Amino acid sequence: MTTIDTGEIEQFLTTMARQLEDYLVERGFGDPGIIGIHSGGVWIAQALHRALALESPLGELNIAFYRDDFSRIGMHPRVTPTNLPFEVEGRHIILVDDVLYTGRTIRAAMNEIFDYGRPASIGLAVLIDRPDARELPIQADVTGKSLHLQPNEHVKLHGPEPLALEITTTNDG
Amino acid sequence: MTADNIQLDDQGRLKHFLSTEGLSRQLLTEILDYAESFAGVSGRAVKKVPLLRGRTIVNLFFEASTRTRTTFELAAKRLSADVLNLNVDASATSKGESLQDTLHNLEAMHCDMFIVRHNNSGAAHFIARQVAPGVAVINAGDGRHAHPTQAMLDVFTIRRHKPDFESLKVAIVGDIMHSRVARSEIHALKGLGVNDVRVIAPRTLLPAAIETLGVQVHDRLEEGIDGVDVVMMLRLQRERMHGALLPSENEFFNTYGLTEKKLRAAKADAIVMHPGPINRGVEIDSRVADGNRSVILQQVSHGIAIRMAVMAMTMGRKPGGEEAEE
Repeated sequence: MTTIDTGEIEQFLTTMARQLEDYLVERGFGDPGIIGIHSGGVWIAQALHRALALESPLGELNIAFYRDDFSRIGMHPRVTPTNLPFEVEGRHIILVDDVLYTGRTIRAAMNEIFDYGRPASIGLAVLIDRPDARELPIQADVTGKSLHLQPNEHVKLHGPEPLALEITTTNDG
Repeated sequence: MTADNIQLDDQGRLKHFLSTEGLSRQLLTEILDYAESFAGVSGRAVKKVPLLRGRTIVNLFFEASTRTRTTFELAAKRLSADVLNLNVDASATSKGESLQDTLHNLEAMHCDMFIVRHNNSGAAHFIARQVAPGVAVINAGDGRHAHPTQAMLDVFTIRRHKPDFESLKVAIVGDIMHSRVARSEIHALKGLGVNDVRVIAPRTLLPAAIETLGVQVHDRLEEGIDGVDVVMMLRLQRERMHGALLPSENEFFNTYGLTEKKLRAAKADAIVMHPGPINRGVEIDSRVADGNRSVILQQVSHGIAIRMAVMAMTMGRKPGGEEAEE
């Protein structure tokens, strides 16, 4: 097991905040709607929201009802409800997650966002990108850190205080 | 293996939902938690989530129902399933074979779930034993036996108002004899740890040996609802009554009908429930039914969330599957 501690995560977050600022300036997006994916994505979204001193309140998305593996593994009984405290219609959205892996979570998140309205655009910001394991054509616009890991290695973000990343290895391949 | 175990798979998860009897406190709580998660979907602009997209759910109703059928239909549609409504006139056919024939026909259409209402006790169990593996059966009321989703939406409503089940005092009033709701309700309340459950009815409307379910029996309303947190009124089921069980509806109302005056015996913050449809002036006075302690319309809304929960639970499960992460 490897742990990436809070200090290093702070550096990733600084990188993300800088990239996100550039992204917003380049694209000319003044006041984007930031949406974190429950639960790790929400913690990262909160940090970015603070760092950029954004005005709009933060949205929280729980994709439990939109997962594509529902019929295989079911769902958790207690689902923290999705809360989008702003109008999605016509808005530039920044979707935030902790780890980008297969891309399936992001697909599910985009499906859910579209049930609330038609956004003008959706950008993606992730703390950790695992670019070797993508199963869908989805890439991040903002990345804290890219990690090249084996398929039997798993990354989990613990938080919210303090944030810590844990990389574990399983025998299942 | 007992008869009711057919609703659970080998890992104790819900495969069918036929009865609240014999379900563990953990599983009953899980159903309520799922329903809490789904309750928010009805408040959204797009009242739909894609969990059961591509699944076909059949409302197989051998007995008339409006509220139950429509809330099952809405629940299925809010989970993005396709819904087929079948009203089969049970009286025109003899049960056994025709029921089996109907079922085989529907199975040939590759349906994933049957919501069954039938005037014979045990009909949903019978169907659950016939269906192919992977097909779920939900009991929407069978004879005098069980109506488990109604019971769960009632305890869901109670939990929203009074979450501490152990300290609760609950009174169930009226036609207990003909009420499948009452039976399912008692099993659900007892299963969730409610110690003080009372039934209040004239002796002619009480089933034999009701005390064996762990309830106290009262035949006077004010005495029975003294200090209770929840007063659950049942509908007087006139269509099920054969013979003279009651002198008159008017006399029933005088003795067992819930009025504001009688309700004073209950706790000041007691809630009043009724599974509907209400016979105003028979078991409940309009002022109570429409008053500020009535949660009758909340029960209807909660019915959708509970039905979404049991549909999702019975479908979102494969034998040997791993646990879902939050």
